[in-house]
Amino acid sequence: MTEKKFDYFINGEKDKWEVIIGLEVHAQVLSQSKLFSSSSTKFGSEPNTQVSLVDSGFPGMLPVINQFCIEQSIKTGLGLKAKINLNSVFDRKNYFYADLPQGYQISQYKNPIVGEGEVILDMPYGTKKIGIERLHLEQDAGKSIHDMDPENSFVDLNRSGVALMEIVSKPDLRSPQEVNFYIKKLRSIMRYLGTCDGNMQEGSLRADVNVSVRTVGDKKFGTRCEIKNVNSIKFMEMAIEYEANRQIQLLESGKIIDQETRLFDTKKNSTRSMRSKEDAHDYRYFPDPDLLPLNLDKDLIDKLKKELPELPDQKKERFIKEHNLSSYEANILVSEKEISDYYEEVIKGCDKKLATNWITVELFAVLNKKNLSIKQSPISAKNLSSLIKMITSGKISGKIAKDVFEKMQSDDKDPKQIVEKEGLLQQSDPKELEKIIVAVISKNQDKVAQYKSGKEKLFGYFVGEVMKASKGKANPQLVNEILKNKLH
Amino acid sequence: MSIDKDTVKHISKLARISLDENKVESLSKDLTSIMKFIESLNKLNTDKTTPLTSIINASLKSRKDEVKDGKIRDQILKNSPEKNDEFFVVPKVIE
Amino acid sequence: MNFLSSQRLLNKMSKISELSLTKIVNGIKKKDFSSEEVTKSFIDSSKKSKKLNTYITECFDEALEISKNFDKKKDYKGLLSGVPIAVKDLFCTKNVKTTAGSKILHNFIPTYESTVTSNLWSQGAFLLGKLNCDEFAMGSSNETSFFGNVKNPYGEKLVPGGSSGGSASALAAGLTPATIGTDTGGSIRQPASFTGTVGLKPTYGRCSRWGIVAFASSLDQAGPMTNSVEDSALLLQAMSGYDSKDSTSVNKKIENYSSNLTEKIKGLKIGIPKEYRVDKMPTEIDDLWKKGIEYLKDAGAIIKNISLEHTMYALPAYYIVAPAEASSNLARYDGVKYGHRAVGKNLIEMYENTRSEGFGNEVKRRILIGTYVLSSGYYDAYYLKAQKVRQLIKNDFDKAFKDVDAILTPSTPSSAFKIGDKSDDPVSMYLNDIFTVPVNLSGLPAISVPAGYDKNNLPLGLQLIGKAFDEQTILNLSLAIEKRANFKKNYSVWWT
Ligand SMILES: [Mg+2]
Ligand SMILES: [Zn+2]
Repeated sequence: MTEKKFDYFINGEKDKWEVIIGLEVHAQVLSQSKLFSSSSTKFGSEPNTQVSLVDSGFPGMLPVINQFCIEQSIKTGLGLKAKINLNSVFDRKNYFYADLPQGYQISQYKNPIVGEGEVILDMPYGTKKIGIERLHLEQDAGKSIHDMDPENSFVDLNRSGVALMEIVSKPDLRSPQEVNFYIKKLRSIMRYLGTCDGNMQEGSLRADVNVSVRTVGDKKFGTRCEIKNVNSIKFMEMAIEYEANRQIQLLESGKIIDQETRLFDTKKNSTRSMRSKEDAHDYRYFPDPDLLPLNLDKDLIDKLKKELPELPDQKKERFIKEHNLSSYEANILVSEKEISDYYEEVIKGCDKKLATNWITVELFAVLNKKNLSIKQSPISAKNLSSLIKMITSGKISGKIAKDVFEKMQSDDKDPKQIVEKEGLLQQSDPKELEKIIVAVISKNQDKVAQYKSGKEKLFGYFVGEVMKASKGKANPQLVNEILKNKLH
Repeated sequence: MSIDKDTVKHISKLARISLDENKVESLSKDLTSIMKFIESLNKLNTDKTTPLTSIINASLKSRKDEVKDGKIRDQILKNSPEKNDEFFVVPKVIE
Repeated sequence: MNFLSSQRLLNKMSKISELSLTKIVNGIKKKDFSSEEVTKSFIDSSKKSKKLNTYITECFDEALEISKNFDKKKDYKGLLSGVPIAVKDLFCTKNVKTTAGSKILHNFIPTYESTVTSNLWSQGAFLLGKLNCDEFAMGSSNETSFFGNVKNPYGEKLVPGGSSGGSASALAAGLTPATIGTDTGGSIRQPASFTGTVGLKPTYGRCSRWGIVAFASSLDQAGPMTNSVEDSALLLQAMSGYDSKDSTSVNKKIENYSSNLTEKIKGLKIGIPKEYRVDKMPTEIDDLWKKGIEYLKDAGAIIKNISLEHTMYALPAYYIVAPAEASSNLARYDGVKYGHRAVGKNLIEMYENTRSEGFGNEVKRRILIGTYVLSSGYYDAYYLKAQKVRQLIKNDFDKAFKDVDAILTPSTPSSAFKIGDKSDDPVSMYLNDIFTVPVNLSGLPAISVPAGYDKNNLPLGLQLIGKAFDEQTILNLSLAIEKRANFKKNYSVWWT
């Protein structure tokens, strides 16, 4: 691997600037029902059909917490190597908005369920540790639709009350690329755990991005701006890039940064002010008196810890150690749980190095071309595995294997059947091969003479001719052996 | 602490209650006398007291993750001052 | 009940409405009279009571219909079989307008029924109507209701107390055989004291809060309001119970309060807290308190002087906690989903106008106080401070209850006052609840039992405070007082 260095600094007119980024990721808990009510969380239903009296804030309605959501957030906390707080409190965050029917969001303020943790990123310039400040459980709001009517906005409360985990990072990120890697890693961890599907199109994963800048070498943080609710990694990268440059321009022209909340306009590729500090909300947090403090049983945490699946970092380590993979290869294979599952299925009884190559080179090329995920792979792990086994056992050559692989892509065909049907089995019968070789030698007596007089390069020519004559099926090792004998 | 008219205006903004000027005046008077009453608490030293978090000495009870509610859109929208068949309707939100 | 007396009752149908709840339940069971006759009797007296202004919504036709069906079905299994009951308009009732005494909910018709009222209906009772109350239960005189102030049967110019003023007045005037109210700082006990009725605030968590319009969630508790202690035991038993829909509901076995009810209280230790002897308290209140002590001594109780050191801080702490919670609980009234909506150019204007038009003065004051004490920079100085004070007050009670079984105090520092007397001075109004509020802050059960009259012939109540979930003991002690005080209604009917 080439030696790379971190190099995301922005050169302003006067100074060289460093960008400081912290993320508040909102990850939807994979649960059937909402955090404090029993209505469904299913995506894409008819407006206001997944709404209970609790979700719509009717008088006298009370919240009752979903045990599964508590456990999902503990698991996520454990996956982030974080401290699980045995005592946590649900608070009300008070503000008025059309899609917030109670006039407050139930969230966790001073005492979140999960405390400090970390995420390890494998950057091209080495590993980097990103601190996690906290993770807390909170409710999602509904949705206001502004473009259906000129005078009115429409409110759909289907999302109102859906459980979110807000994962707050420390301001440890330094570039759009690190943010990209961080989101992907976080998403990967949660998908391994099964606590969040990470589907950004459906809004299951969004982030508020806090950006500030300082001149390289400066130890003090600058004033930050928060870019609200960005829902794709690409947009996060673009927003950071834009925002950092905006701040640098302001600072270099002697102006100051207002601490404010901004929105990323995906069409204009720029951020704009949403509200400034002066009219910033005063959320008036206080413990929700409809709920009691959440006291967790240590046994529950121990149980969840025991049930924790192998996570990407551990898996990567194991792959390197047990399968002799490079860090680079292991990274690719563990990046998504489905890829590692696929890999582990393929290597059952076959060569790991070869399997790694076939997956990361041949298979990924196909998936990329067809824009498919590993789950949608046209070739099953089982069939790829038997293809590789046929190569290592000498039944087919690597070259034939590529043809077979091509054919396997339609309808996930069994490679054995293809090989059998098309007669592609490798020719490994020495007698048969000898016949072909003898024929090739007798046809090329002039070249045999040249070879014997020292032009040893011609050996390759003979091999090529034999392969051609056998329609590529000849076992190359045997061909080598027999040819050497015959030419001596 | 006296609650002056600006403070009344600020908190009524937070609480989303519009007030006309004479109301601000009378509220400033009322709230000041209430706060004066409340501030008799300052006579009490509570430095070493832990705040009461809940009057019930128990942990939060939870429910199973089951879908048992929803699909009552008619009920949800029934009392709404303005609505269509599917949505609550509110005056345009300006962002 | 003997045959002769019930015959007499049958002949004097209008007088059914003067019977106690227990007697009515038994009378229906024994077929001394029918549910329809009972219902008609209460509808009749209710219809004549307009001047009291107790009802916000009357369900008379529906009630009569249900009573007729009841008489056909003859199912006497429930604790309240065949009994019509009017309830405070803070309980959400399915398909019946529920206003909380506020303009902002003047047109709200819930599609659901509160757990507590459901419990009553599943014991065979049915809804007679919705009773007036202070707006969102914020008040001690029933003067803050959007639907006008309620009058006390003891005098046209007198408040019935609040916030369950409509309930207390309707009960005292014989418009409903019993009723239920809610008590956040004294809203059951103070009006009970002002109207010569029995009002019980159960332990926080004993009755479900689900479906009750919330005022201050950590303090609100529903409870029975009745004409006798016996009725109170019966109604408490019918309405209480664990509810998985309320996270603050406590899963404790419900005692059979009625069959366990006894005036044999010999040997029980009763605490008399010196801090409840406040400045400017009329001597009549002090005299009543002394009488109460004598009654309990007479019944064999042992009197002990105790101290509840932080009593004087309860009311100011309450006026932080309750408004803070209320400011948040009342944020949902924004004109979007239900209730009143005012016009506005945009969403924010609509909110501000809706809430300005929809809420009355006292509610606005409390929302603003609550908003203020929670706002940035003030939380620690006020809300956190109040939570600490609350802990100290609770500690006082915990300590006291190591030595005593119950605590006896006056219910209120005065008898019913005149309409308009205190409505201009919020703080003097708040002082009404000085004896009742500490109980809410501590979550304890307490009952107000009528024990005598002042010099103006206005009823006065005594309060018994019990250990958490020990409603039985304070019911028993109240029964002992009730028997000895021999309290009788002595108003003359002026409103028909
Ligand atoms: Mg945030
Ligand atoms: Zn959040």
